[in-house]
Amino acid sequence: MRSADPYLRIQNLTKKFGEFTALSDISLEIFEGEFVCFLGPSGCGKTTLLRAIAGLDIQTFGEIEQNGKDISSLPPAERDFGIVFQSYALFPNLTIQRNIAFGLENLKKPKTEVESRVVELLELVGLSDQKDKYPAQLSGGQQQRVALARAIAISPGLLLLDEPLSALDAKVRGKLRHEIKDLQNRLGITTIMVTHDQEEALTMADRIVVINEGIIEQVGTPQEIYNAPETTFVADFIGSMNFLSGVRAGENRIEVGEQVFTIDNALWKADSEQNHDVVIAIRPEDIVVGAASENCIDASVDSVEFLGPFVRAELSSPALSGQSIQADFSANRVRSEQLEVGSKLQISLPVNSIRMFNRASRV
Amino acid sequence: MAIAESTNQVSTNWKEVKSRSSRDDRQMLVFMGIIACYLVVALAFPLYAILSKSFENNDGAFIGLANYIEYFKTPALTYSIQNSLFIASITTLIVVSVAFLFAYGLSRSCMRFKSGFRVIALVPILVPSLLPGIALVYLFGRQGMLKELLFGHDIYGPIGIIISEVFFTLPHALIIIMTALSIADARLYESAESLNSSKLRTFFTVTIPGARYGLISAAFVVFTLTITDFGAPKVIGGDFNVLATDIYKQVIGQQNFEMGAVVSMILLLPAGIAFFVDRIMQRKQVALLSARAVAFDPKPSRVFDWAMFGWASVVSVFILTILLTCQYAAIIKFYPYDLSFSLNNFDFDRMDGGGWTSFFNSLKLASWTAVVGTVIVFFGAYMVEKGRGFNAGRGVFQFLAMLPMAVPGLVLGLAYIFFFNDPDNPLNFLYHTMAILVISTITHFYTVAHLTAVTALKQMDKEFESVAASLKAPFYKTFMRVTVPVSLPAILDISIYLFVNAMTTVSAVVFLYGPHTALASVAVLNMDDAGDIAPAAAMGMMIFYANVTVKILHSLISKGILKRTQAWRYR
Repeated sequence: MRSADPYLRIQNLTKKFGEFTALSDISLEIFEGEFVCFLGPSGCGKTTLLRAIAGLDIQTFGEIEQNGKDISSLPPAERDFGIVFQSYALFPNLTIQRNIAFGLENLKKPKTEVESRVVELLELVGLSDQKDKYPAQLSGGQQQRVALARAIAISPGLLLLDEPLSALDAKVRGKLRHEIKDLQNRLGITTIMVTHDQEEALTMADRIVVINEGIIEQVGTPQEIYNAPETTFVADFIGSMNFLSGVRAGENRIEVGEQVFTIDNALWKADSEQNHDVVIAIRPEDIVVGAASENCIDASVDSVEFLGPFVRAELSSPALSGQSIQADFSANRVRSEQLEVGSKLQISLPVNSIRMFNRASRV
Repeated sequence: MAIAESTNQVSTNWKEVKSRSSRDDRQMLVFMGIIACYLVVALAFPLYAILSKSFENNDGAFIGLANYIEYFKTPALTYSIQNSLFIASITTLIVVSVAFLFAYGLSRSCMRFKSGFRVIALVPILVPSLLPGIALVYLFGRQGMLKELLFGHDIYGPIGIIISEVFFTLPHALIIIMTALSIADARLYESAESLNSSKLRTFFTVTIPGARYGLISAAFVVFTLTITDFGAPKVIGGDFNVLATDIYKQVIGQQNFEMGAVVSMILLLPAGIAFFVDRIMQRKQVALLSARAVAFDPKPSRVFDWAMFGWASVVSVFILTILLTCQYAAIIKFYPYDLSFSLNNFDFDRMDGGGWTSFFNSLKLASWTAVVGTVIVFFGAYMVEKGRGFNAGRGVFQFLAMLPMAVPGLVLGLAYIFFFNDPDNPLNFLYHTMAILVISTITHFYTVAHLTAVTALKQMDKEFESVAASLKAPFYKTFMRVTVPVSLPAILDISIYLFVNAMTTVSAVVFLYGPHTALASVAVLNMDDAGDIAPAAAMGMMIFYANVTVKILHSLISKGILKRTQAWRYR
């Protein structure tokens, strides 16, 4: 599906604000038609990277190449992108259709062509009946759709979305998420979206770039990021994760407290050198109730948290030397097993669900 | 993509990436440069001229500090420093207390007639600072109506000056303190109440700290306005000399320009210090503002509301008394001998001072200042706020835009004489024209207008320019289609501010008017000087009528324009 040459190539990009390094030596390739999410906690540098790509805050060092052309030092007006901000940034004194037409008018297109393109775009975002209203008369979700239509009106090669959904409430967010993704699929426009919301990234992106403290932690498909995190940061940041500190106890063996876990060395993500101090990680939903041939422990329920479709239980076991472990149980299971605080049960950690990291890299 | 890998490959070049400038950037830079040049020519060069003049003798030779030494050896002159500081300090103390109580009533009580009080309190802005002095002559002068109230004290001197300055500076302090009080966070008061804090304790632990920067800022503004004002001490000061009148006397009376320059430099000092302290305070106030606050909604309280009403009434009576006294003086035949109604005092063409022409000249000056000034100020503020790159130049521009606030009008006027009247200056042709009056007035009032524009621009989504750039819109298109329409209320405010101040100012123009460009405010001064006090009052009232008319027109027009262009503001 990928052509050989990337559409956007970022090489060794560093951005400094005075003494503070916001981005450190970032290299990244994005291919034509891809939907890429920059995901990370606030202040991690994801927006800075987006603004560097747009030319709004030019990087201190490094190169950016778009469609084979070096755009590293070009001002925003000479780059090829459309942008949507969290604040919508719609021109408040222009009607919806004039907002959408704003960019088209600058292309010196004939008036009729502009008008028909506006009609087309209004239809595309489902706001044809609102065209003569002012932005303040629309809901947040509608305003963001207008901003999107305005950005894609000039058919840019690259669409940049800076936390476009963060200012909206949950229901609208979910709906618009679909619409944006759908639109992007139909238009096939290369898109970069900045978000701090993992759910957004996991549902929308073809590839996710996880950024933390100015560096890229991992690049991969949503499945890769979720199922095979390469660093403890990624493992911890996306979804929920149990971490248990232990030490190596021979080939495919990790000792946590008195318990020895069998592991699959292929899932070992730390450096190849045989590190003694390690961390094993397992997601709460991967923990299985009941006896199994391997990695079985006796545990007792310390607390339960009702989360709707499932229950998250905090478990402890004398074998784990004080380290507790969280496990998700379906509501049915809780009912049938009569799980409550103080219940004793046997759980097992499936070998193929356990991942290992160097303890030194644990953040 | 592991971390260790990527940090190790330092193979690429570490040459810093410099943004290439777009055509927009270059165009905006040119415009900013043009307006910066205006500020340099209209402000920096003249100030340099006056500074160097203070180190020269009559023949233009450099004599070092000799002028300053002579100044400090002349007790008659140095005594004015003390007088000026005395007047300014007392006025500041009175005005800040009076204005605070007044503003407190307006923002924190449920008293009646609030909007009426607010309008009355802002009246002094619409008249020249000479007017309260004239009113005081009628009230407490040798044949004054209420002379006995002074118990034998003379109104000519510090008492008269201070009363006039209180009148003149009150609205300025009031506006600042009102702003400070209006950003109070209701949640703080609710917390205090829930903690059973007494009213008085809440006042000292919540109200005062919240308004602290506003109070300090108001104090500095009043201090600066007072120490640099020349109208009040000129009319009612008698033998009590202050720095501002000294400059006038040195220049107009004794033609001693060098000594005028020296006194100017001395006057610049306190005004400059006050200005810089005020800037720091303003910055801190902004930090307070950015917090998400819940608006305070006062609850009625019978005793408190009536007490506040009482205080507001006292202040309003004071302001109206001064205004109505001038009105009375203007329309009676010959005080105190013939109190019959007459419009003779408005027959300005029979008096010295420029006649009716001066009034129309003032209208002309005010209109030009409002139109040209608003364009320059708003355009300049836009370039400096929304342009990209060249940050050093931007900083210099900001400084130049803030500087006029620290320069007293008289000093600016005198500086203009030195700079523009120099026969070697190619701009010499401007001297004694309407143009130089417009330039000096715009420059004199530049700072407040600039700040109003910057505030309005800052309130706009900062991403408008980013979006416009991505849509390949040239900056002038975004400016004309979005920035100007959205900022229209602020633009109208700037124009009316410039108009009103151009009508009332004396200090910035008194050295610069020519035979054909006499102005109404200067005519008030000259007629008063010549003993024609009643016509002076009449001319002062003409200025007031003109300003009120324009103000009403302005509010009608802006309402009309806003209705048409700002439909988007209302859902």
